[in-house]
Amino acid sequence: MHEPTSEPTAEHTAEHTAEHTAEPTTKPTAPTVQEQAPQKAGEHDPKPRTTALVEPLSDTDPLLLDGDDIGRILRRIAHQILEQHPDASSLVLMGIPTRGVPLARRLAAAIREFAGTEVPVGSIDVGLYRDDLDHRPTTRLGPTTVPVDLEGRVVVLVDDVLFTGRTIRAALDALADLGRPRMVQLAALVDRGHRELPIRADYVGKNLPTARHERITVQLAEIDGLEGVRLERRA
Amino acid sequence: MKHLLSTERLSAAELTRILNMADEMAEVLERPIPKVPTLRGKTVGLAFFESSTRTRLSFERAAKALSADTMSFSAQGSSMAKGESLRDTALTLQALGADLVVVRHQAVGAPHRISEWVDVPVINAGDGTNQHPTQALLDLLTIRQRFGKLDGLQVAIVGDIDHSRVARSNVFAMSALGAEVTVVGPPTLLPRSLDGWPVRVASGIDEVVESTDVMYLLRIQAERGGAQVVPSLPEYVSRFGLTEERYERMKADSVVLHPGPMNRGVEIAHGVAEAERSLVLAQVRNGVAVRMAVMLTLLGGEAS
Repeated sequence: MHEPTSEPTAEHTAEHTAEHTAEPTTKPTAPTVQEQAPQKAGEHDPKPRTTALVEPLSDTDPLLLDGDDIGRILRRIAHQILEQHPDASSLVLMGIPTRGVPLARRLAAAIREFAGTEVPVGSIDVGLYRDDLDHRPTTRLGPTTVPVDLEGRVVVLVDDVLFTGRTIRAALDALADLGRPRMVQLAALVDRGHRELPIRADYVGKNLPTARHERITVQLAEIDGLEGVRLERRA
Repeated sequence: MKHLLSTERLSAAELTRILNMADEMAEVLERPIPKVPTLRGKTVGLAFFESSTRTRLSFERAAKALSADTMSFSAQGSSMAKGESLRDTALTLQALGADLVVVRHQAVGAPHRISEWVDVPVINAGDGTNQHPTQALLDLLTIRQRFGKLDGLQVAIVGDIDHSRVARSNVFAMSALGAEVTVVGPPTLLPRSLDGWPVRVASGIDEVVESTDVMYLLRIQAERGGAQVVPSLPEYVSRFGLTEERYERMKADSVVLHPGPMNRGVEIAHGVAEAERSLVLAQVRNGVAVRMAVMLTLLGGEAS
């Protein structure tokens, strides 16, 4: 229909990463990652990272997981999902944009490999269900696609970082408007703690205890051109 | 963007952002539950000083699909009939708790004036012969859904250009996105001056019927004096009406748009109004999505 917004923008990144940091921003504009992160002179490329396809991971921020780690973690989660749901044909994986969607696709590929079952993958944008419209600018909305009727299915929500739980709360509200699954579960690549709501993940890739002011950045090849989970320290 | 009063100064980037958001709103409207909670607790004031059915229903539907409450005001039966000023009416709506005001008025510039008096965003839902920006946006969305783009398309706007706020809004919005617009109408129904209008002019529909991608038809606005300058309807039809014969001569992938209300048998033949390539009903559906996107943009602040 319209020009695909395949090229991730700085805003996208800033919005999504802001998700995993402390409070929703009250500024009228969405700052880019580079503006939010403390800059040590000369150590950072001034370009937003999402556009730098060949930029090596900065050694100023600790690399917590590399691409191989992410691959192993996703294969393990796929096994865990199959353990709980031997009949994979009832599963639907719903990624939360932006980075939950490629993670959901990778989990589906792993399940296909292990069980021979093609699990439908959708995406569920939570922008319209957030409770902080007054605190942050409206962001570019991600796509919502429901691949099959959810009635009677087991939906596994997939996100990159589980933090306050507010995104998941919004996703659950959105899901309730899209259909009535038999069960909803949550898979997160990283759980960094600091929950503000009674929400937990059923499948956790890695627990990464963090301070509130720190930031977890997830980069995936499909979106960022490179792979890794990093801890960014903020002033 | 604080208000939406005109398309004249909207950039291609701003237009595209609203249209992209409207695509997502169209998806919401197709869900089993076509409603999201985004504007829960907000109130949209609908101030229709000039009568309207479809635009008003469309705004109301858009507000409710976003879970906003609506507060309606119409000139008939209101204090306007008792001599209350535009300003007092606007301030009253704001005092009653409107977080956004949608204004339609027969006078050019009324929404702009109101935007100077109130602290909340104002959407122009049509002011006299001046502007009707959400109509243009819904037309852009409808065309983009069909062609995937506006850039490079030939658009002919045919009819009572002079009295048409729809034409004014569309000319600027369409050309901002790269469409090439031709206005077609009897000289008496063209604006006296087209200075600053990014358009070409044709003097009869036959000049564009075989080349245009989008045929955009307008009715003669009798209530604004359009009928007095047309010698006779049969003569108008013979030079400007989209008859079935002309429809057959249009390009195979071309489309017909009309903002409504249609005068069938005049600017559009009865059969053409419901023909396969007529997008009239798609326009109405897209109106809701576009108005949702505009309300979200104004109440949610700007990401850019």
